[in-house]
Amino acid sequence: MKPRTLALFVAPSAVLMLVFIALPLVLVAVQSLYATTLVREQISVETCTPGFLAQTCTTTMRSQVKLDPSGKQMSETVFSGLDAYRLVLRLDQLAGAFAPGGGGYDVVMAIDFWRALRFTLTFTVLTLPLVIGLGLVIALAVNSSLRAVRGPLVFVSLLPFIVTPVIGALAIRWLFVGDGILTAGLRLLLQSDISLFAQGWTIEILMLLYRVWHVAPFAFIIFYAGLQTLDRDAMESAIIDGASRFARLRYVVIPHLMPLVVFVALIHLMDAYRVFEEVVGFTSQAHRISLQWLTFSFLMPDETGNRSITRASASSMLTMIGIVILLIPLVVRVWRDHKPRG
Amino acid sequence: MQPEGPAALRLSFGLKAVVAVFLVGWCVVAMFPLVWITVMSFRAPVDALSSNPLVVLAGPVTLRTSGGLSVLDFGLAGATGVGLYWLARRYRGAVVGSLSLGGSRVIGGLLASAVAAVVGAVVVLWLLPTLSLRANQALAAVPGAGWLASPVIGMTLDHYRAVWVQHGFTRNFTNSMLVTCGVVTVSLSVGTLAGYGLARSGSRLAFWLLLAALVFRALPHSVLAAGYIPAFLNSRELLAPLWNAPASGWFFRLFADSPPLLYGQPMAIIIVLVSINQPFTIWMLRSFFQNIPTELDEAARVDGCSHFGAFYRAIMPVMWPGVITTGLFSFLLAYNDYLVTALLLDAQSMTMVPAITQFLNRDTRAADQIEAIAAAVSITAPLFLLVVAFQRQLVAGLTQGAVKG
Repeated sequence: MKPRTLALFVAPSAVLMLVFIALPLVLVAVQSLYATTLVREQISVETCTPGFLAQTCTTTMRSQVKLDPSGKQMSETVFSGLDAYRLVLRLDQLAGAFAPGGGGYDVVMAIDFWRALRFTLTFTVLTLPLVIGLGLVIALAVNSSLRAVRGPLVFVSLLPFIVTPVIGALAIRWLFVGDGILTAGLRLLLQSDISLFAQGWTIEILMLLYRVWHVAPFAFIIFYAGLQTLDRDAMESAIIDGASRFARLRYVVIPHLMPLVVFVALIHLMDAYRVFEEVVGFTSQAHRISLQWLTFSFLMPDETGNRSITRASASSMLTMIGIVILLIPLVVRVWRDHKPRG
Repeated sequence: MQPEGPAALRLSFGLKAVVAVFLVGWCVVAMFPLVWITVMSFRAPVDALSSNPLVVLAGPVTLRTSGGLSVLDFGLAGATGVGLYWLARRYRGAVVGSLSLGGSRVIGGLLASAVAAVVGAVVVLWLLPTLSLRANQALAAVPGAGWLASPVIGMTLDHYRAVWVQHGFTRNFTNSMLVTCGVVTVSLSVGTLAGYGLARSGSRLAFWLLLAALVFRALPHSVLAAGYIPAFLNSRELLAPLWNAPASGWFFRLFADSPPLLYGQPMAIIIVLVSINQPFTIWMLRSFFQNIPTELDEAARVDGCSHFGAFYRAIMPVMWPGVITTGLFSFLLAYNDYLVTALLLDAQSMTMVPAITQFLNRDTRAADQIEAIAAAVSITAPLFLLVVAFQRQLVAGLTQGAVKG
């Protein structure tokens, strides 16, 4: 295919990605350096009260938002440099925390950005092996079941994956919240009065388990599809060579599925780093927040209807640093695999 | 393993038992939360929030206050289910055949699914309730058989009525459908072109585009939203030059007299979601196209087709499993999105998923929580039907293409 023809084929897609992904990134980078504030002016107000013989007048200075001729509030944008980053990172508090007698870890975890980072990283690292392991086990189990029940099994297994993430998190929350059915069951089992939404670590465990429940079916369906293309001859020669079931799994099946494991791991790393819906569904913001939720909360209008765009942009840029670190091995790998010849 | 396999592939009895127990356990875990909230949504708050599972299942208070289902109803529901299944099996081939416009069985299949959905909705939502009401009345008059017609399990539709009628969930539903259908259509049209081009070219441009798409796939959506919001809120001023410039003004004025406010526009959301989803779509479609032998387009080219003609006439007809699988993922992304829609849509144009927070933030009455549950079940139902319809294509599609790339 000539480069000209290729350009015509990819043009619509490339333009969309350029305008709606690349351009916003540049905008965010610029926005994080500029602060927009409402223009205030000092006006002198003279208030007079009637008195005997003469009025008593006092003049006070008051600050109010300046209006432009059409009556809209005037705002001005000034270059603020890295101020927004300082506001998000709180490096001064961080330094204080590690000074002798500064309070250490607890103080760091009181800063929104750092506790979001801590949760996001723990979440990503802990769910990854669980998702791949569970997905693989389900795929192997379904693949070794009777042909007649495979259809229904695949259908049921797909349900957690297709459910809207926020709704899925809510569904789990409703089972546990207050006197929820599963909390009641746990109390009966453990003979102790537990409440799963009263402290952070129980919510965190629920969020982890929810994500595994939600994503393992995706890993399952990919691995299951991969098992369908397993080379029968390789399997048979392994049997003739006297390989045990475990040896066949270890030396034939797993190597065959390895590219898919890498694929699922990459997709999961990208998605888990973006963890967000769990915080909304479990309403865990008092205990646990994620990086993406932090940006989201800056972007939502507050009581006065203002959105902190500058701070949101700064926290976005910081979130992106994590993504870049995550992507380096991946990009190197793709580079090696798909490098254009010549 | 299948019985026809070699003896060494068959599982021993012990291993079979372990596999069976594991699969049953997994199915329970996979289904339980969804089944349970569905049951809760049909019960009065006192029953639904009870910590005794039997009370939630039987719904005694619901039964007293707003009636319920009788043994006869269960029989009717079962018979309807079996009947619909039989109808689908018996007439599926004939319907698909007669609806295959232009000889395309895929279009036939899609239209047949639509027909099945309409027939199923009419039967379940209208025929079954009417029939059950009449049958219960008739049977209650028969001496000795009255117990069959008296309600045994509590059920109420109050919460669904509150969600759909009082809180205007129908508007959110329409918005969701509009956004989702728009995203799937645009995403696939743009994505198949790009995916085909990328699969058939080893050039530098293709490589860089794929690499960029990979990086874009990883971006958190909130980062992009932070870029969109100021631009969308000020879009009237930002787009004004396009409308005022003599070179392009006449073109844009064909669509609108003045630049639109993009905030709260479903059309703007469609384009945004299409772009966000584009990296995944082109990677996935590219791997599908790579599995279609190049000889096919070469033959079409020899017969005198242009590049686009070969793509449209020779490749697309064999690409449907890949297109349906990719379309399913686009559908899920658009339908399930919370972050982008919550930030960029206003109350008028809100889709279903972000709209559910209005029920959560009003947690003052016991009924509020059950209404939120009913809304959640309403949101899940279309997804459920989608998997029923497309499960086979999804597995076939993944086996055929995506998993090799």
